[in-house]
Amino acid sequence: MTVADKTLANADSPKSQTGLKIGIPKEVFPGERRVAATPDTAKTLQKMGFEVLVESKAGAEATFSDQVYEQAGCQVVSDAAQLWEAADIILKVRAPQMHPTLNCHESELLHEAKTLISFIWPAQNEDLLKQLAERKANVLAMDAIPRISRAQKMDALSSMANIAGYRAVVESANNFGRFFTGQITAAGKVPPAKVLVIGAGVAGLAAIGAARGLGAVVRAFDTRPVVKEQVQSMGAEFLELEFEEDGTGAGGYAKTMSPEFIAAEMALFAEQAQEVDIIITTALIPGKKAPLLITKDMVESMKEGSVVVDMAAEQGGNCEVTRPNEVYQHHGVTIVGLTDLPSRMANQSSQLYGNNLCHLLKDMGGAEDYKIDFEDEVVRGATVLQEGKITWPPPQVSQPSPPKPTAEAKKPVMPAEPEVKEKSVIGQWLPLIAVGAALFGIGLTAPPSFLTHFTVFVLACFVGWQVIWNVAPALHTPLMSVTNAISGIIILGGMLQISGPLGSPTTILGAIAILVGTINIAGGFLVTQRMLQMFRK
Amino acid sequence: MTNSLVTVAYIAASALFILSLAGLSNQETARKGNIYGILGMVIALGATALSAEVTSYSTLAAVVIPGGIIGAIVASRVAMTSMPELVAILHSFVGLAAVLVGIANYLQPESGLSGGEEVIHHIEIYLGVFIGAVTFTGSIIAFAKLRAIMGSKPLMLPARHFLNIGMLVGSVILGAQFMGAEGTTGLQPLLIMTAIASLLGIHLVAAIGGADMPVVISMLNSYSGWAAAAAGFMLGNDLLIITGALVGSSGAILSYIMCKAMNRGFFSVILGGFGAAPKGGSKSADGPVGEATSTTVENTVEMLKNAKNVIIAPGYGMAVAQAQHPVAQITKILRERGTNVRFGIHPVAGRLPGHMNVLLAEANVPYDIVLEMDEINDDFGETDLVLVIGANDTVNPSALSDPESPIAGMPVLEVWNAENVVVMKRGMSSGYAGVDNPLFYNDNTEMLFGDARQNVDAILGQLAAEKSKTAVAA
Repeated sequence: MTVADKTLANADSPKSQTGLKIGIPKEVFPGERRVAATPDTAKTLQKMGFEVLVESKAGAEATFSDQVYEQAGCQVVSDAAQLWEAADIILKVRAPQMHPTLNCHESELLHEAKTLISFIWPAQNEDLLKQLAERKANVLAMDAIPRISRAQKMDALSSMANIAGYRAVVESANNFGRFFTGQITAAGKVPPAKVLVIGAGVAGLAAIGAARGLGAVVRAFDTRPVVKEQVQSMGAEFLELEFEEDGTGAGGYAKTMSPEFIAAEMALFAEQAQEVDIIITTALIPGKKAPLLITKDMVESMKEGSVVVDMAAEQGGNCEVTRPNEVYQHHGVTIVGLTDLPSRMANQSSQLYGNNLCHLLKDMGGAEDYKIDFEDEVVRGATVLQEGKITWPPPQVSQPSPPKPTAEAKKPVMPAEPEVKEKSVIGQWLPLIAVGAALFGIGLTAPPSFLTHFTVFVLACFVGWQVIWNVAPALHTPLMSVTNAISGIIILGGMLQISGPLGSPTTILGAIAILVGTINIAGGFLVTQRMLQMFRK
Repeated sequence: MTNSLVTVAYIAASALFILSLAGLSNQETARKGNIYGILGMVIALGATALSAEVTSYSTLAAVVIPGGIIGAIVASRVAMTSMPELVAILHSFVGLAAVLVGIANYLQPESGLSGGEEVIHHIEIYLGVFIGAVTFTGSIIAFAKLRAIMGSKPLMLPARHFLNIGMLVGSVILGAQFMGAEGTTGLQPLLIMTAIASLLGIHLVAAIGGADMPVVISMLNSYSGWAAAAAGFMLGNDLLIITGALVGSSGAILSYIMCKAMNRGFFSVILGGFGAAPKGGSKSADGPVGEATSTTVENTVEMLKNAKNVIIAPGYGMAVAQAQHPVAQITKILRERGTNVRFGIHPVAGRLPGHMNVLLAEANVPYDIVLEMDEINDDFGETDLVLVIGANDTVNPSALSDPESPIAGMPVLEVWNAENVVVMKRGMSSGYAGVDNPLFYNDNTEMLFGDARQNVDAILGQLAAEKSKTAVAA
């Protein structure tokens, strides 16, 4: 369907008959540029049967103008309160907060029996949860979507972390006065930048990929040994401690490590800090303050001009000298403590977040069968409020945390090897003995004329065996047609038989044999030639 | 021409035939190899025609010329998708020729042999005719199945193994009668045996299902070789023996490779009936759960455009839908965009060993990007997108992961290791082996349902439109 069709269809297109309206308000958090639906994802929502209302200028910061939304068939509403009133389902990025222009809390705009889907962070925002509960509405928290393989496409934490990881590298490059990639130029040699990524979760892996893409030498550290392969597959070196402890915790996160482990880890970082140019830290432990990994001393030991990007700045920081939301120099080292990395790529992150929401709404049945189904593990996990009843935290469903959901499938369990039965000595030698006996028998009884032919036959079999194994599998069809052609040599037999009296059975049979054999020879060779001519580089 | 000269010519022909097969070891030398084969054939036939034993040139010309013309016409007309049929019918000709030569040889009055030599000679005739007859009718049935004149389902007669054994025993008993017969009175048992062997050939191949055809054709290829070798023995002609042995071992190796690729015993294929009887039967209960994600042509085009490394895994479905030409076009466009496109071919994709390669070559896909399973299997991990077109069992992960699966242990293309997989398929039905395919339910797998040809054409259309747009812009 072209854009033009869509415009004609507009807001009251026949597909929106179910009447369920989705509202996209403008984000009110200062500096937040993202929006919960882009024109693209709005189209997807309409395909599912929803009607989409967008607050005026909602996408402006993410470079989506009202006009583009209108072209995508959305209805642009100028007043926020009106939008909250009209929509059945509100999609947002940030958790509700005081509305700066309406002079009320956003949660007060949420009406009874309506649904809000956004980031909520219920563990950190208990007051907000209670406040929302009073509104007797349904609330789904995007941050509470269980991290199971089926829900990956709805996992907004992952998609945002991915963007943040990429952006962290871009920010570091921006504050780094040198090339990332090593070059040999006429003016002299440039060594590649060395990047250390701590924490190889989604954000860490994205950072590794981006830094590698710019040409840097990348090292990575993680307390979970299972991610080693993923790190290496991204082209980074995986740093290891000579210490046996697995930091794999629940839900794909790491857990707190023992003091001995932390000591060894810190020694490693101190050593690396003197060597590397850029450190990107992504270490988070759910529900706790971010672990301190880079001390003030370590920062001071770094070369001047180096950069530290602390992606955990919002949760207290992995680096001792991080100042949240600030980029500043500490002893010549630039410390980047930005907390709005995804928002700095608002266009991209709105698109991915919007996709996550689309997948969630599709999982909930689209517009036609829309319902909050507690049988659905994903929906159950995400729902923090059901008609004002607090349903968070969800009942524990024990989830193993596979490093990658497909990892199991990737490791082929070899089917039980067909049991190699210990053949008895006799069993091993039996075929040889049989062949020997048969040869002996032939030698005893067969006339000499037969034996010469037999010699030729056996040798030809061996030659054939050797030669055929060398044939490229791609040429097996030409092989068949050429062997077909040369097996037409059987007409020699016919040729030797047609010289008797014309009309005798021998002559007639021989002649027919020659006829069909010749078809074989001519057909086989010609079709082989035809086929071989097709094989071109 | 003297006998010695003829013998020398035969030696030259044998050497040329061996060189011909050796030439097929790679694409560069293959064409030369075919020329060697033709040369060998011309020398052999020429020397025989000039030898003292052949005098009636008019008869010879009367059959060779039409035979050659028919062969040439068939070879130039046949579509590459019909290669399996052509190969099958050519096999049947060799079988027929072997039967005719054998009977004619028996009827030839003065053999001048006696005692042990005569016994051996009779055994040779009898065996040659037997193998020839099985090859003849078996190949015709294979041809009919491939042409879809006959259904490709295996024919499952009750007690079919006993029928086969009965026919074999009958042939042996008739053989004893044949050996004891005086003069040419053995003709009757010989002809009865020919009829029985013909029935055996029909029954053997009718019991084998459609997707086992690569094995059947290779096997018939092998039989046609042994039939020629048997004819060589009865005529005392070394060239025939050598050629027969070469062809026979070639077919045997191909059958072995095909069986290996399906992880099946040679005898279980030959005895037929695979796929009809549910094995174990418990699979349905614990089949893979989850839902398959379906996708659209637009999304597939988008994924193709964004991928750097693409592997296309075609199966017989691509040949059935005649989709190889648009697939080749797509490959061309993507390669011009700088995408690394390769093909991964499973040994039993298609109905003939190496069939897929020929189809892709016909569609102008360069052969150096068409790789065998073993060459490409390790590369799936670094691949962004795999396009599975009309293949099912050959990309089924349960062959490796589920020891209970009927296809357990069969080597398969490990497409699931790639970043994304798009499977083009008519519907969710299971493949030839009747096994559900967990690949379809993987998170990184998307299904593009519908006729492969239409979907591939649509993808090509969008890619081509894109290309012309950028061309205009530039």
